[in-house]
Amino acid sequence: MRLFHRLLGLFAAILITILALSGTYLSVLPALERAGTVAASGRLSVAEVAGRIERAYPDVEQIVRSPSGGIVASYLENGRAVSSVIDPASGRAIGEVAPSAVERWVKNLHRSLFLGDGGRATGAIGALALLLLTLSGLQMTARRAGGWRRMLGRARGTGAQRLHIGLGKLTALGVFLSTVTALYMSLATFGLVPDGSSQAAPVLQVAAGAGPALPADRLAALQDIDLGQLRELTFPDRSIPSDVYELSTATGEGFVDPATGQMLAWQDSGAARQIYEFIYMIHTGQGLWWLGLLLGASALGVPVLGGAGTAIWWSQRRGRVRIARNAASAAADTVILVGSESGSTWGFARTLHEALAALGHHVHTAPMNDIAARYPAARRMFVLAATYGDGEAPAGADSFLRRIDRMEPPHFPVAVLGFGDRQFPAFCRFARDVERALRSKGWKRLMPLAAIDRQSAQEFSRWGEVLSAVMGKTIRLAHVAEVPRTQTLTLIERVDYGADVQAPTAILRFSMPNAGLMARLSGRAWPRFAAGDLLGVVAPGCMTPRYYSLASSSCDGAVEICVRKQPGGACSTLLHALRPGDGIRAFVRRNSGFRPLPGRMPVILVGAGTGIGPLAGFIRANGKARPMHLYFGGRHPASDFLYRDAIAGWLGDGRLTCISAIFSRIAGGGYVQDLLREDAECLRTLIAGGAQIMVCGGREMAAGVMEALAQVISPLGLTPQALKAQGKYVEDVY
Amino acid sequence: MKSLVAVLALTTALTFPALALARPVTLTTTLNDYGGNGAYLALYVTDAAGAYKGTLWMAGGRSKYYRHLGGWLRGSGGNLGEINGITGASVGSGRSLKISLDLADALFDAGYEIHVDAAAEDMRDSPSDVVAPLTSGGAGKPVAGRRYISAFTYDM
Repeated sequence: MRLFHRLLGLFAAILITILALSGTYLSVLPALERAGTVAASGRLSVAEVAGRIERAYPDVEQIVRSPSGGIVASYLENGRAVSSVIDPASGRAIGEVAPSAVERWVKNLHRSLFLGDGGRATGAIGALALLLLTLSGLQMTARRAGGWRRMLGRARGTGAQRLHIGLGKLTALGVFLSTVTALYMSLATFGLVPDGSSQAAPVLQVAAGAGPALPADRLAALQDIDLGQLRELTFPDRSIPSDVYELSTATGEGFVDPATGQMLAWQDSGAARQIYEFIYMIHTGQGLWWLGLLLGASALGVPVLGGAGTAIWWSQRRGRVRIARNAASAAADTVILVGSESGSTWGFARTLHEALAALGHHVHTAPMNDIAARYPAARRMFVLAATYGDGEAPAGADSFLRRIDRMEPPHFPVAVLGFGDRQFPAFCRFARDVERALRSKGWKRLMPLAAIDRQSAQEFSRWGEVLSAVMGKTIRLAHVAEVPRTQTLTLIERVDYGADVQAPTAILRFSMPNAGLMARLSGRAWPRFAAGDLLGVVAPGCMTPRYYSLASSSCDGAVEICVRKQPGGACSTLLHALRPGDGIRAFVRRNSGFRPLPGRMPVILVGAGTGIGPLAGFIRANGKARPMHLYFGGRHPASDFLYRDAIAGWLGDGRLTCISAIFSRIAGGGYVQDLLREDAECLRTLIAGGAQIMVCGGREMAAGVMEALAQVISPLGLTPQALKAQGKYVEDVY
Repeated sequence: MKSLVAVLALTTALTFPALALARPVTLTTTLNDYGGNGAYLALYVTDAAGAYKGTLWMAGGRSKYYRHLGGWLRGSGGNLGEINGITGASVGSGRSLKISLDLADALFDAGYEIHVDAAAEDMRDSPSDVVAPLTSGGAGKPVAGRRYISAFTYDM
């Protein structure tokens, strides 16, 4: 399904973009036309209006009522044919109708690409491609979200993915209507479905009766017809004595005798005609201007969807990893199977592959789906599995479970390592499913199931230590994710805390690098960032960057982080040794999952120690003073109450609603989760009212907080998992 | 300039390919720059009583739009057999349509008239935009149209 969606999108991109943009332009026209229309006041008959126009313009030839309600009359003026918009109340012209060349050009581009019938067929193919993209995209979105009913939740992933999915859901209905109606109209154009136009003309020999023509307002047949029903009224040619009125209304067509005022012949328009006109109205918005605008806005999203989709495809393509020195499966003593959604798991597989190959192992690395029936030389197997969406198999792993179901358990043991993001409710679920399936089939276990959160090189290296113990030799897994380009930040200020309580912590403020015009234009300037994004710091001699949550936004004009000195930590030691004027190499990694939701809903901020950093950044950026409730846990109020003075200021200017702080090293103290239990009543009110919970801090603290909150909200019938699924419970855990 | 040479069927009452009783005629219809999509044109002949006698040419390929050519429709009864083999493309704004055919001598100076019905998308229909009496003396003299056609000429 993904391959289909992707290929179709790439091939049809240009065609669809042309159709969508021209369609958007055309969609605005009915609303503009309506804005310039003079509506008839009260009920008017066709006879009344035709009579008024005839008195004002005796040479009138035709009256047309447009779907938006405007009346246009065509008549001869000084021998010149003129079409004018008419005020139905007076029958007089308000302005001449000038055909717009631009409008016609865009319309022809949209309909036929200026290529006649070939262009019309191409356009129909484009509409079909867009319809299939919409349907397959919806199906994939549902799968990713974990079911059709969960589709309305917030999309997660990279910026391009969230844009693509979010916009896709928003525009799906409009694009569906546009494409289905376009296809129907194309089929009608080529005569493959009836549009009723062939029966619409009553082909009859009719002639006017003898006698002088009546004024139009005295024609009985026209007196019965409401102006709102009119489509077209063509006056008889005065040079032909037997000529008659031709009338076309919403319900049919007929001829009216100018001498008697009677209907000479009438034919109702058939069902096929009415269906076609209904579909035409939906597609063009003519007579339904608001729908036109809605469809146009949806169509405007289509090129954006195409751009974001291409960006996703490109980044996944670029993320593809090549494995050097890959042994044949029959000769391998070690097998690594990979299921990777974004490609990052392949990077970890390569690190493992190279580390084992360096120790003289013959290593075979392949996608999970490529699992062989037999590995005669194998001594061990590793399965590195990411998760797609709500617990589904990632790319290249969707048939793995079916395959092992048919296999006999091998003679060698296997270890499963999951990759995922703890913010997702189904963290590493696919890896867990694989582990469970292997155990139930009787596969031997090499190592217990382990999980790596958000591509953490530290956790991977720790897993390598466990592996070393199992294999009885040292295996160093120094995974280096692609490090983005770094720039130099200069320290301008530092505030130190916590030295007295064995938790030396510093708030470090750096100035942003000055970017020249060239750097800005080429996109190499220091990027915009928001509190909660991550600062990657690369210590000299260190291969892997360390990430720190940003406590400031780019509009604050400085880069601020909160760092606790870790015993033996190279990077935190380096940062703690900095003095104003010193520089570090760093880059920004977006962490868009950890942001306050847009809107005015209250936010509950829970942090301990340096975890207060990004939360302080959210409060500082809260200029609109939405309710923010901060729960902070430290060791001693006199030593590590981070941001104490700033918090007092924020309470004063309304950025912060209230703060509860608790400290563990004082009499009667405790942890932040204790605060939550004490404040259960207030928290329940906030959460029931739609508040978002944001937690930042160490892993143990986050687990304690989740447990406490689970108790707090269970009377509401809620769970932290349910809130997570709605994006109302987000964590930044380290 | 659009130049078309009509291949006319023998069954058409009005035209005789290279017979002594017929003469070669070139019909030129020049359109105004009316600023719309290509116009459908129906060229047909009526007799002295105004009755439809037959079609000379139909410019425009989609029969569902022929209902906008009111004069031709009422005369021919919308019978597509009337235009079998004498149909071409619609004519763009400001362009010309040129047709060569053989017309029977009997049609000249006997009250017969050539009518041209015109219609363009989203614009009002113009039946009998041009009415040109067929006379020996009228050859080469442009006849002005009413809406879409600036001039119609028949040359012998």
